[in-house]
Amino acid sequence: MTAPAIELKGISKAFGPVQANKDISIRVMPGTIHGIIGENGAGKSTLMSILYGFYKADAGEVFIAGQKTEIPDSQAAIAAGIGMVFQHFKLVENFTVLENVVLGAEDGPRLGPSLRKARKQLTELAAEYELSIDPDAVIQDIGVGMQQRVEILKALYRQADILILDEPTGVLTPAEADQLFRILQRLKDEGKTIILITHKLREIMEATDTVSVMRRGEMTATVKTADTSPEELAELMVGRKVLLQVDKTPAKPGAPILEVDRLNVTDAAGVHRVKDVSLTVRAGEVLGIAGVAGNGQSELLEVLGGYQSATGTIRMNGQPLDLTGRASDGQSRRARGIAHVPEDRQREGLIMDFHAWENVAFGYHHDGAYQANRWLMNNAAIKADTEAKMGRFDVRPPNPALNAKNFSGGNQQKIVLAREIERNPDLLLVGQPTRGVDIGAIEFIHQQIIALRDQGKAILLVSVELDEIMSLSDRIAVMFDGSIMGERLPQDTDERELGLLMAGMNGKAA
Amino acid sequence: MTFFDLLQLLDSAFRLATPLLLACLAGLFSERAGIFDIGLEGKMLASAFLSAAVAAITGSVWIGLLAGIGASVLMSLIHGLASITFRGNQIISGVAINFLAAGLTVVISQSWFGQGGRTPQLSGAGRFEPIPWPGALPSRELADAGPAMQLYSELLSGHTIWVYLAVPIVFASWWVLFRTRLGLRLRAVGENPAAVDTAGISVVGLRYTAVIICGVLCGIAGAYLATALQAGFVKDMTAGRGFIALAALIFAKWRPWAALNACLLFGFLQAFALRPDLIEKLLTVKVQVQLLDALPYILTVVILAGLVGKADPPKAGGQPYVKEN
Repeated sequence: MTAPAIELKGISKAFGPVQANKDISIRVMPGTIHGIIGENGAGKSTLMSILYGFYKADAGEVFIAGQKTEIPDSQAAIAAGIGMVFQHFKLVENFTVLENVVLGAEDGPRLGPSLRKARKQLTELAAEYELSIDPDAVIQDIGVGMQQRVEILKALYRQADILILDEPTGVLTPAEADQLFRILQRLKDEGKTIILITHKLREIMEATDTVSVMRRGEMTATVKTADTSPEELAELMVGRKVLLQVDKTPAKPGAPILEVDRLNVTDAAGVHRVKDVSLTVRAGEVLGIAGVAGNGQSELLEVLGGYQSATGTIRMNGQPLDLTGRASDGQSRRARGIAHVPEDRQREGLIMDFHAWENVAFGYHHDGAYQANRWLMNNAAIKADTEAKMGRFDVRPPNPALNAKNFSGGNQQKIVLAREIERNPDLLLVGQPTRGVDIGAIEFIHQQIIALRDQGKAILLVSVELDEIMSLSDRIAVMFDGSIMGERLPQDTDERELGLLMAGMNGKAA
Repeated sequence: MTFFDLLQLLDSAFRLATPLLLACLAGLFSERAGIFDIGLEGKMLASAFLSAAVAAITGSVWIGLLAGIGASVLMSLIHGLASITFRGNQIISGVAINFLAAGLTVVISQSWFGQGGRTPQLSGAGRFEPIPWPGALPSRELADAGPAMQLYSELLSGHTIWVYLAVPIVFASWWVLFRTRLGLRLRAVGENPAAVDTAGISVVGLRYTAVIICGVLCGIAGAYLATALQAGFVKDMTAGRGFIALAALIFAKWRPWAALNACLLFGFLQAFALRPDLIEKLLTVKVQVQLLDALPYILTVVILAGLVGKADPPKAGGQPYVKEN
C-alpha cells in the first residue's frame, strides 16, 4: 500500500479562546482530488494555512509521503512540494506573469538567467498541462481566470506535487470554473495530488474523489464522493437537515414598482460601467441579476441606492427619481420606499466598530420613534427596537450592545436585513445576500426575501451565485460588461445558458 | 546671459542637485519596499551633524562620512522598528524622526563644541575637496577662455567625488531594482507583501534591508551637505531638502532615472535662487531674492498637491503588513 501524500495527525490550533482546529486527522492519497467542505469559519482555511506554514499548529504532526515533516514557514512547505492557490490571489499586479512566477524562486542574485530559465520552463509546463499563457502579460491586464492560472503555474514551477486550492471558483464564471476543473483533472492524471477547499456542494460532487467535511473546527466525516449526496454533505456541514431548495409558490406580479430606462453610468475614472440598462421590477416578484462580479451590477445598485450619479430615467411607483441633483442621496431614496441591503455589508452596510443598535439606527436615525426631543436621540428606544428586531431575525447573540464586528457574517447580514426589511419598503435592493454567510443562515435569509415578495413587495436581487439567482428569482436578467445580455425565466433556462450570457455570448438556443 | 553664466549656473545646479538626488534615491528604495519615509530630512540632518563633528574631531572626512552614515542608519532602524516591527504609523514615525534630529543635533553640538550649535569650520582632509581635472583653469582666468575650455574647466572639472558618483549611483540603483533578485523582491514587497510572504520570503527582512539602504544613502547626502557643499554643520542646514527630495521622488514616479531629472530641475532652481544678478539681467527687472529662494519650495508644493499628473505610488506603501489569508 502506498503512503498517503499527506497525512495530518491530531492537528489543533486555537486563536485566543476560539478553537479553530480541534484534533484533526486526515489522509490524502496521492493522485487524487480530495475535497474539504465546510461552512465559513469551520476551520478549513486555518488547517490549510498550517499545512502551508502560515500558522504554527498548537499540537499535531504532519507527514508528507510517509515522512514526518516540520513546516515552520512557507519556504518549508514549498520545499516539501506543497503549492497553494489562495482565494485572494497573491500576485504582484504591476509585474509580468514571468516575474510573478520567478518571485521567490530565483536561481541567483542576478535576475536575467532566472527569467530566461523560467520562460523556457513555462513553455514546457504550458505544453504539458495545457496551461498556455503569455509570460510577458502584466497581471492587472489579464482576467481573473488567467490570474488563477498564474497561481497554478507558480506552484508547478516550484515543483509542487501537492496543490491546495482555497475556494478557487469564487471569482470565476461557470465556464472558467469548468475549465479549472478540467485542468485539475489533468494535473491529477499526471500524478499530482489536489486538495480542493470549497463551500459549494456542487463542485465537490463534480470534481473530487474523496471528501472531508469540517464543522466548528472538527473533521466530522471523510467519505468517498461517489458514496454520498449533496443532502448528506449539507447535513454533515450544518449538523441538521437543510433545505437546499427554497420553497416558494409562483409569483403574483402586480403593478410595476421600479422602471429603469436606458440608464448609463460612467465612474470617476471615466469608465463606462452601465450601458443603456432598462428593466422593470413589479410588485410581488424577484428580479434576479446574474453576472460575474464587476460587470456593472454594483454600479446599478449604487445608483438605485443613491450614491452614484447616472444618466437616463428611473421611475419609482411611476414618479421619476432624481439621479444627479439634491434628491439623489440615500436619505431621499429611503423616503421613496427603497430599502437597500448593500453588496459589501462590512463596508457599506455596517460600521464594524459601532454597536449593533447604532447600526440599526443608521439611515433611519431621523425616525420620530428614535428621538427623545428636538435635540437628543432616544438611545433606550433604539436599543429596545434593536433587541426586538434581533429576536425576530434570530440574530445570535441577541445583544444590541455588541459591536458589529463581533457578529458572524450571517448574523451581520441579518442585522442589515432586519433594519431594511422592517421599514416596510416598496422595493428592496439586495446585493450578494449570502456572501460569506453559512448554510444555516442562507436558508433563513432566503426565506425572509421570499416572505417579503409574498407581501407584494418588489425585490431586485444581485448575486454572483448562480444557484441563488436560480432558486430565488421569478425572472433573471444577465449583466455583462455593463449591458443586460438577456432576460430569462428560471424554468426556461439552465446554468449553461446563463453561464454563456454571463461570459458575454448571446447564443440563445432557439 | 552669457555662455559662461549658464555654465556657472549648471555647475552650481550639479552641486546642489547631488544631495537631493542621494536623498531621493534613499526614499526610492524605502518607498518601493512599502515604507513611506518623510524622515529623510531628519536623517540627512543627523548625518550632516555627526559627519561634520567627527570630521572636525578626527580630521578625516572619511571617518566623518562613516559616522554620518551610522547616525542616519540608526534613525532608519528606529523608523523600521516603529513601522515594520511594531506596525506603527509610518508618517508619525517619520515626523518624530525629523523632530528628534532637529533637536538633538543642536543640543549635542552645543554641548560638544560650545559654538552656538555649530561645528568647527572644516578644512583640508576634514572636507571632500574639489577634484580639479588636468589642465583646468581656475574660475577667475576663464572669462576670456574659449567655450570648450570654459565647459571643461567650469562645468566638468572641480567637483567633489560625490557629484561624479551621482550618475553611477543612479545607474546602480536602477540596476539593483530592475535587474537583480533583491530588486524584484523589494518592488514586490511594496506592491503586495502577501505575495512575497507566500513565496516563502521574509517581508520583515526585505523591508529592513530597504530602510537600511535608505539610511546609507541619506547618510551620504547629509555628510555631503556638511563636508562637501559647506564646511561644517549649522542648525537646520538641510533646509527642507528632505522634503524637496520627496517631491522629486513623486515627480519622478518612483523611477531612478526620472529621479535624476527631477533632482536636476530642483537643483537648477536652487542655483537660480543664488544668482539674483543673472535673473535681473535676464528679465531686466529686479526680482525679490526671497521669491527666488522660494522657487524650489513652490514647485514642491505644486508637485505634492498632485498638480503634475497622477502619482501612482507603490500599492502597499504606508501599510504595515499583517499576515492573513
